[in-house]
Amino acid sequence: MLGNLNIRVMLEYLPDIWHGFLATLMLSAAGFAGAIVLGIVACALSIQPLRWLKWPAVAYVDAIRATPLLAQLYFLYFGLPRLGVLVPEMVIGVIALSLNSGAYVAEIIRSGILSIQRGQVEAGMSTGLTYLQRMRLIVLPQALRPTVSPLIGQAIVLVKDSSLLSLISVVELTRAGQMIAIDRFMPIEGLVSTALAYLVLYYLLKLMAGLWVHQNRLPGRA
Amino acid sequence: MFLMQLDRVMGYWPVLLKGIAMTVSLSVLSLLIGVVLGFAFGIIRAGRNRTLARLLGLYVDFFRGTPFLLQVFIVFFILPVTGIELSAFTSGVIAMSNVAACFIGEIVASGIKAVPTGQSEAAAASGMTRAQQMRHVVLPQAVRIVTPSLVGQFVLLIKDSSVVSAIGLLDLTRAGWVMVQSIPNGLLVFGIVGLSYFIICYPLIYISRRMERRDQSTIL
Repeated sequence: MLGNLNIRVMLEYLPDIWHGFLATLMLSAAGFAGAIVLGIVACALSIQPLRWLKWPAVAYVDAIRATPLLAQLYFLYFGLPRLGVLVPEMVIGVIALSLNSGAYVAEIIRSGILSIQRGQVEAGMSTGLTYLQRMRLIVLPQALRPTVSPLIGQAIVLVKDSSLLSLISVVELTRAGQMIAIDRFMPIEGLVSTALAYLVLYYLLKLMAGLWVHQNRLPGRA
Repeated sequence: MFLMQLDRVMGYWPVLLKGIAMTVSLSVLSLLIGVVLGFAFGIIRAGRNRTLARLLGLYVDFFRGTPFLLQVFIVFFILPVTGIELSAFTSGVIAMSNVAACFIGEIVASGIKAVPTGQSEAAAASGMTRAQQMRHVVLPQAVRIVTPSLVGQFVLLIKDSSVVSAIGLLDLTRAGWVMVQSIPNGLLVFGIVGLSYFIICYPLIYISRRMERRDQSTIL
């Protein structure tokens, strides 16, 4: 099946794949940055006590988690122009990626903060630390540490999800691969090049997660 | 204007219903195949034959590391080249079951590893063969550990099924796409599509959360 892969054509289209790769990288980075901001805001709103602020954040997270990204993407793609918002497909794509991943990021950060025991804060108080010192030295280091690996996991999901932007005609890696298929009637060559490029990103992120876990192992914990 | 459009959307209810039926049948069928295959993958991945486990690990990594859309295209475009003719539905089920098996396999493998080794040692001491240990002692406990994640995986599968609309299957997302061509109100049409997904998925998300909470309370 892969024996008669036309390597020459794959090499010939390498610059296109490279451009697609960079576009995917950029779209994912922008989407992830937005997701972190949205996630922090949604998480902050959902753990504070005011009900009328809490409710929208919880509704947002649940609505995103229970619907597919493609439906969310089409919702924005066909819906935004109707609201008079005319922006390029690429921007719609980044907004959809941020909105989607933001909900998962919110859940990840939330579980990090909720994992801290009250006794930790009380111990900080009894040793005379101020609120800011407690936050900086006790709460945040412990709350953020367990979120790093799942956040990298979410970044992996986001990179793969960004392939759906090809369906609203954003030129990224998946689209670049399809162009080889269309130009040369060689779907296999296009798909294989694309898959390999995605795998490079996947293994890089996985390596990062592994290194981070290795370097930040806490004494007494697995 | 809005009511008129809502009325027209309601006129499309057979398409919407067809889409829901397609989404549900794709997901359920793929889940069944995916769970069976996934358990087989998991047992191999956690098994003693390390070469086999690593080879399967490479295969699993390929499907965990590439976008599902690409996998759908691979099944839909590459398999026919090798002489296997597939309908869009079969292609969708193959791609979905395969990706489900890859994710479920890793979950099952970690579940098997989470069962204390003393359990299989005790079973071995009472004269059970490796297969018997797996079947009667390790797997039943592993199943308990992985069930909440499996429910979560089912939700992911339902959401992934939207991607097969790209090869022309009329699922829920495609139904929305069809409707929006004649009713130019994306917010309304995909609002309804989203609501349908929500009604299908939310109970499952709720169940998986409850199960996780219950498990935590039994451990602590």
